[in-house]
Amino acid sequence: MNILVCISSVPDTTSKINLINDNKEFDRNGITFIINPYDEFCLTKAIFIKESTNAKVTVVNVGGSNNDAILRKALAIGADNAVRINKEALNGNLVASCIANYCQEENFDLIFCGRESIDFNGGKVPGFLAQKLNIPFVNSCVGMDIHDNTIEVKEEVDNGQIISKVKYPAVIAGQKGLVEEKDLKIPSMRGIMTARTKPLEVIESSVECNNNIKVINYEKPSERTECKIVDSEKVNDLVELLSTEAKVI
Amino acid sequence: MSIITITENWEGKFKKTSFESLSYGRHIANQMNSKLIAITIGGNNLESLIQYGADKIINITNFNFENNNNTDIAKVFSKIIEEENGSTIIISNTNIGKKISPLIAQNINAGLITNAVAYPEKNNLLKVKCKAFSSKSFVVYESDYNKNIISIIPNSIGEINQITGKGEILNQESEIKSNQDYQILKRSKQNDKISLSDANIVVSAGRGLKGPENWPMIEELAELLGAATACSKPVSDMGWRPHSEHVGQTGIAVNPDLYIAIGISGAIQHLAGVNASKNIVVINTDAEAPFFKAANYGIIGDAFTVIPKLIEAIKQHKN
Repeated sequence: MNILVCISSVPDTTSKINLINDNKEFDRNGITFIINPYDEFCLTKAIFIKESTNAKVTVVNVGGSNNDAILRKALAIGADNAVRINKEALNGNLVASCIANYCQEENFDLIFCGRESIDFNGGKVPGFLAQKLNIPFVNSCVGMDIHDNTIEVKEEVDNGQIISKVKYPAVIAGQKGLVEEKDLKIPSMRGIMTARTKPLEVIESSVECNNNIKVINYEKPSERTECKIVDSEKVNDLVELLSTEAKVI
Repeated sequence: MSIITITENWEGKFKKTSFESLSYGRHIANQMNSKLIAITIGGNNLESLIQYGADKIINITNFNFENNNNTDIAKVFSKIIEEENGSTIIISNTNIGKKISPLIAQNINAGLITNAVAYPEKNNLLKVKCKAFSSKSFVVYESDYNKNIISIIPNSIGEINQITGKGEILNQESEIKSNQDYQILKRSKQNDKISLSDANIVVSAGRGLKGPENWPMIEELAELLGAATACSKPVSDMGWRPHSEHVGQTGIAVNPDLYIAIGISGAIQHLAGVNASKNIVVINTDAEAPFFKAANYGIIGDAFTVIPKLIEAIKQHKN
């Protein structure tokens, strides 16, 4: 089985987002970039499949050479090879086009992506990619088993879960539940050593750089007013505040 | 050119988020002096959509949200949008919205603006403020596409009852053939409780509750308030509560009118999922818990004594 895991590079979850240049950019200085947490669930799932069958796991990223560090980390976690498509990830459509072009040259059975990235939270790439490749799209996937030529997947919907049988190749957008948080793979010393010798291929893409949805500027959310502390003996006061001041109950 | 809202229902019943996206569509239709068309599949009580501003309603009777896969649903909607010459399409960023909007955008070659939290700018209907960085910032996007899909975060503008006239209701069948590569086998309904994306109030609890056996009081409080229940990451990791209740960075992001956090310290990853809430109440024994800094109201105290009192106080208030 040939598996692709799409990986995006995002600011660490604990990063403070500071705005610069008239709020037109966010300050990348001092921010640590990590593998998007949703992608990590996918990567671990792919490695579980590799361990139990005989799969090959490739990781792909669209971006500049700054992202090589996270690709090396993915190799240390257990991916077999890494590919970086050397293009600035301006928007979801561009990223999906680059990956789709790459997929057409390879024969992937399963293409994993995180449900969304924790920077722009757009959740566009997995669906765009599936549609460009004209293959099924499983979103918010919280469980997956492989049968002969199909996969059985569990998807989260607002009112519960849906279990489906899907023919692969397919795009699977994963999240927590695909694997448990405690089972997430972290790089071992041996993994880190072998990652150095694993291939990290940089390819150029012929996809045109259209940026049809532009970031105009950023805005900071307004600060919350200072917290009003209510005496734990006077819970009625809280109810009163919620009713007359906040007007929410 | 027309404005189209995709309205979601479950077993025929329209969701609050659908009324909200209709209200959003109505706002744009008014500005453009255009008609608002509501499209849906397998809907009942279609008249309810008129109350939120739909001039025309197209209901596809041979498809529904429960039994059809997202590829098919996206194809059905794409076809109607093209037939009706839709230029701006509004959808709610629910789980189903997230599944079908990227597919529709590719089908009809439209721009997709996700996570909108406000109406577009007055003088530029393609300039929209959206959530980014898990609510640590907003981002304003501008689209150059001729056709656009705007996906709005539930409870961003609220639903607005606004009868504008009489709506025309059309029930049709779609000729789209179902894709056999993707078959739904089973759907499990969590329960009849309010879903997190539909809730105005969310009652959430964390490790401070000490064990899953102590959740009945959380559920009682939630029921009393007509709220959905949620939990912190450790609680879902330990299996005390289902994953679907985990609110935070890698779980669900919510933005209710009121978020009550009980026994949750407020790690930055949790705050990322709740920052957008309009009001936050924190109940925690630890006065130094970081959550108090992100809250509007707080009680420093033990959940086991405060919650029963709170339940009583709310009962009294309701009478």
